[in-house]
Amino acid sequence: MVDLNVKIGNLELKNPVMTASGTFGYGIEFADFIDLSQLGGIIVKGTTLNHREGNPYPRMAETPSGMLNAVGLQNKGVEYFAEHIYPQIKDIDTNMIVNVSGACIEDYVATAERIASLDNIPAIELNISCPNVKQGGMAFGTTCEGAASVVKAVRRAYPKTLIVKLSPNVTDIASIAKAVEAEGADSVSLINTLMGMSIDAERRRPRLSTITGGLSGACVKPIALRMVWQVAKAVNIPVVGLGGISSATDAIEFLLAGATAIEIGTANFIDPTITVKVVNGISDYLSRHGFSSVNDIIGALEV
Amino acid sequence: MCTFVPMVSSINKSNQIAMKKNILDFNLIANESLHSAYALMKFSPVQGTLPEMLPGQFAEVRIDDSPTTYLRRPISIHNVDYAKNELWLLVRRAGTGTDKLASLSCGAVVNMVLPLGNTFTIPTTQTHQPLLIGGGVGVAPLLYWGKELLTKGIRPAFLLGARSKNDLLQLSEFEAVGDVYLSTEDGSIGEQGFVTQHSILQQQFSYIYTCGPKPMMQAVAKIAREKSIPCEVSLENLMACGVGACLCCVENTTEGHVCVCKEGPIFNIDRLTW
Repeated sequence: MVDLNVKIGNLELKNPVMTASGTFGYGIEFADFIDLSQLGGIIVKGTTLNHREGNPYPRMAETPSGMLNAVGLQNKGVEYFAEHIYPQIKDIDTNMIVNVSGACIEDYVATAERIASLDNIPAIELNISCPNVKQGGMAFGTTCEGAASVVKAVRRAYPKTLIVKLSPNVTDIASIAKAVEAEGADSVSLINTLMGMSIDAERRRPRLSTITGGLSGACVKPIALRMVWQVAKAVNIPVVGLGGISSATDAIEFLLAGATAIEIGTANFIDPTITVKVVNGISDYLSRHGFSSVNDIIGALEV
Repeated sequence: MCTFVPMVSSINKSNQIAMKKNILDFNLIANESLHSAYALMKFSPVQGTLPEMLPGQFAEVRIDDSPTTYLRRPISIHNVDYAKNELWLLVRRAGTGTDKLASLSCGAVVNMVLPLGNTFTIPTTQTHQPLLIGGGVGVAPLLYWGKELLTKGIRPAFLLGARSKNDLLQLSEFEAVGDVYLSTEDGSIGEQGFVTQHSILQQQFSYIYTCGPKPMMQAVAKIAREKSIPCEVSLENLMACGVGACLCCVENTTEGHVCVCKEGPIFNIDRLTW
C-alpha cells in the first residue's frame, strides 16, 4: 500500500487529487458518480462578496480538445454560501476549499473573513486570475504589485491555508509566484484559463457573448505543465498544478514537474468519475515503479 | 407488460428533480436513417436494465476521443421501452459530433450520463386535451411525453411542423399515441405555413408543451399567453457538464440566470423573460 498523503501548508490531503473551481459545482453535483471522500480536496465554485449574475449567454464554445468559457463568476454571494450551501457540504469527508474572488481588495478580505468563520472550510483558493470579469480578478493577477497587494491584505485577515491561483496570461509567471510567496501565501495553484477567442465564420460573429473567454481542457496541458515546472523551481511553497489534466499519467507529469497536488477541471465534464480514476492510477504508478510515497515523485523530473 | 410508474424522490418548487444519475455503456442495436439529416437510434444497456427516466430528460452522450468532439452532446430522450430494455434517441446531424453519432453502426458501444434534467408537468385540468407542439428534431421529447400522458389516461394531441413532408419524423409513432395535426412550410402535407399558423390553435387546450427552434417556441409561448393556456417549453442551450456544475448553459429567468441542464430543460413560460 503506497502513501498518497501530501501537505499544502498546514493542510493535509489524503491524496494529491483535487477538483478545479467552477468545474465541480459544490461537489454534491457529482455525488451520484463517485465517493467524494476519496478525493484529496474539492475546490468549490468561485465565491464573491455579493451575488453575481455572471455574463450573458452564450458562455461556452467547444474548441479542439478544449473549451472556452465566459461564465463570469456567477454565484449567490458569500453569505448565501455560508447560510445555504455550507450546511450541505460541511460534512463531506474531504478538504472543502472555497475559491474566493473579488472586484477590489476590500471585497476579497471581507469574503475571506466570512469563509474563515466556517469551521469545516480549512483553506481558500484566492482567485486573482479570472479572465472573465471586467474588474478585479485577473487585473490583480497580472502584475507583481497587484498580486502582492491583494495577498498581503487577505493574509492579514485569513489565518488558515491560503492558496493563490495564478493567471497564465502573463509574461513571467514565476515572478508573480514569488511576489505572492513573499506576502505569505501558503501555496500557489496554476494555471487558471488562458484568454482565448472563437469565431463563427458563417455568421461573422464571436461565439461568446463576451467575445473573449478562458480556454481550458486537454489543449492547455503543455503550457500548464511548463508553467508549473518554472514556478516550482522559483518558489519554496508547495505548488498545485492544473490545466488539462485528463488522466493519471497527466497528473503524474505535473507531480514530476514539481506540483505537490493537482486539480482536475474540464475533464470532469467528459468523465464524471475521472478524479477517482486518477487517484487509483497514481497509486498504481507508484507501486509499479517501487515508490512507497507520492512525495517521492514530486519534483523528481530527471533532466 | 411493464407499466411505468414514476418514482421521483423529490421535485422542488423550481421543478428540479433528484434522481440518481448514471454513467452507462449502451450497445447501439438499431440505427434507422429517417432522412439525410436525422437518425433514429435505439440503444440497450451493455449490462443490466435501463434506469428510470422521465419524459423531457436528456442524456449526455460521449461521441469519441477526437479533438473536434471533446465534450459530450446533450440529446433528448425520445422514447423508453422498459419491456424491450430500449432507449431511443432522435439525432439531427447538426455538426461534427451528432454527425459522428448518427453514423455509428449497430454494435457500437456508446457511453451516456443519464437521466439528466427535469420533466414536464401533468395538466391539472382534464376538461380539454393537452397539445404537444414540435418543430424539426424538437419532436424528440414529445413522443415519450405523449406516451406517458396516455398511460395516465390523458390522450394528447400533437401539432408537428417541418419544412416539407419528408422532414416530418416518426409520424406513425405519434399517430399511435394521439391525434396528429401537421404543418409544412411548403404545404406538401397538412396545412401550409408554420405550426403557429395552424387552425387547430383556434381550439382550447388544457396545456401546451413545445420543443423546437427557439423562434418557434417563442411564438408558441406568445399564443399560449394570449389564450391563457399554461405552457412549458424544452430549451436546448449549449451545454458542457450537464449536471449544474459549470454554469455554461444558463437561461435568463425571472430569478436571474439558471442552468438549463439542472433546472430545465423544461421551463414554464412564466419563469422565462421571453
